[in-house]
Amino acid sequence: MTDALLAAEEVHRVYRLPRSSLLGPRAERHALAGVSLAVAAGETLGIVGESGSGKSTLARILLGLDRATSGVVTFDGRPVAPGRPHELRWFRRDMQIVFQDPLSSLDPRMTVTDIVAEPLVGLAVPGPRDARIVEVLSSVGIDPDTRHRYPHEFSGGQQQRIAIARALAPHPKVLVADEPVSSLDVSVRAQILDLLQSLVRQFRLTLVLVSHDLGVIHSLCDRVLVLHEGRVVEQGRTAEVFAAPADPYTRRLLAAVPRLP
Amino acid sequence: MTALLEVKDLTVRFGDHVVVDEVSFTVERGGRLGVIGESGSGKTLTALSIIGLVPDSALVSGSVQFDGQQLLGRRDGDLSQLRGEQIAMVFQNPQTALNPLMRVGKQVAEPLRRHHGLSKVAAADAAVALCERVGLPDPSRSVRAYPHQLSGGQRQRVGIAMALACRPALLIADEPTTALDVTVQAGVLRLLAELVAEEDTALLFITHDIALVPLVADDVLVMRRGSIVEAGAAEAVIEAPSHPYTIELLAAARKTALPPDDHVKVLS
Repeated sequence: MTDALLAAEEVHRVYRLPRSSLLGPRAERHALAGVSLAVAAGETLGIVGESGSGKSTLARILLGLDRATSGVVTFDGRPVAPGRPHELRWFRRDMQIVFQDPLSSLDPRMTVTDIVAEPLVGLAVPGPRDARIVEVLSSVGIDPDTRHRYPHEFSGGQQQRIAIARALAPHPKVLVADEPVSSLDVSVRAQILDLLQSLVRQFRLTLVLVSHDLGVIHSLCDRVLVLHEGRVVEQGRTAEVFAAPADPYTRRLLAAVPRLP
Repeated sequence: MTALLEVKDLTVRFGDHVVVDEVSFTVERGGRLGVIGESGSGKTLTALSIIGLVPDSALVSGSVQFDGQQLLGRRDGDLSQLRGEQIAMVFQNPQTALNPLMRVGKQVAEPLRRHHGLSKVAAADAAVALCERVGLPDPSRSVRAYPHQLSGGQRQRVGIAMALACRPALLIADEPTTALDVTVQAGVLRLLAELVAEEDTALLFITHDIALVPLVADDVLVMRRGSIVEAGAAEAVIEAPSHPYTIELLAAARKTALPPDDHVKVLS
């Protein structure tokens, strides 16, 4: 697939476990066992799996935060792998992340301005910084007049908005969100999902959303990839996979989700 | 006959800060009541004040009648006779609720030894039976395991076995499946619903996830900022909520819920 913006081919990640006896061999865990995927520009892909499925490992490898044991990840045709900051700049500008817990992903001793400015400075993004900070904060629904405050002065939902603003500041093409609403209350969760949806449309973002929550994926993603024990057991258009799951694990997963009448 | 649990004007405050504000509700014998609310709604403190587990800095007032006796203001020693025997609790995180240094069989047997005076051997046998009842694999081996050797779902099953050991009249479950994967959650909820029905145990089920309520409870209380804003039959409230907050909460929940599906049901 040449038109893929972000692609992974036969990615394996093997973790070596600590020795369980003094002279015994070290056991290994296959967190990812041959995962391939391709995300086209403008697409929204959901990666769904339960704990231990390898979804976060996959996200880290896609972002160049972790190295695949074998296999390749490419962004715009160029291979992505962990390296020195200046070697990664080219795709860090284009690919940003939003983490699960906004409070622990925001430095408590930095003001909102500093937090949002950091990728602009670190990635040497050209253009006036202050204007960009004000602009990006407004686009996520944070009053730019509050930008001199600290993260703890904001609610959980607002903190996640700030984390999204930081991710969007360098005008990325791809946003990777790892469980972006899992630590939020139900009513706030809906607002953040609405925000992500409108940002994706407004800035024509490519979104990779990692979640254990099938409802979240369903509300946001065109395409879904179901990960189970390090393998892709099923992928396809979200509506089709959810309406007629082919894989037994996907079926079991969907059947377990409580529904509202 | 009087209700099993009658909570009246329960108020919990920390200094000037009122976190539970004149909450009243009743649970009948064998009744199953769900309490939903978001963080800060006071749902957990309401449950904890029933069994006297609120922090010392909390000021609790009002009335909590259990089986005709007033529980508020009782000495901790009196309450500990009740806890685990007549009122038991399942906590959100089984990892922290279980003692990491004690084999699970001993933990399940503990309330039986303490409250029913069972001998070591008799309690150990009962623990194996309980572990079997909650669906732990190979119960006679499972009882010898330490909590870290079990999966999250298995640990929560141990928590349930421990809570139900003395056949309590009331079981309080505070977000019992929030820490679990969705496929594991389905099994644990099914087990919980089965066991309380079988033993005719009353259930107070606390959750932030409104979709879980109809699976285990008949009635529901909706809490917000320390007050009950709506109460009623679970299905009626979900189908036709009347308070603006409940309407908003359901709309938000529906946004991230999968569409209803008649073919697959969790408890079928």
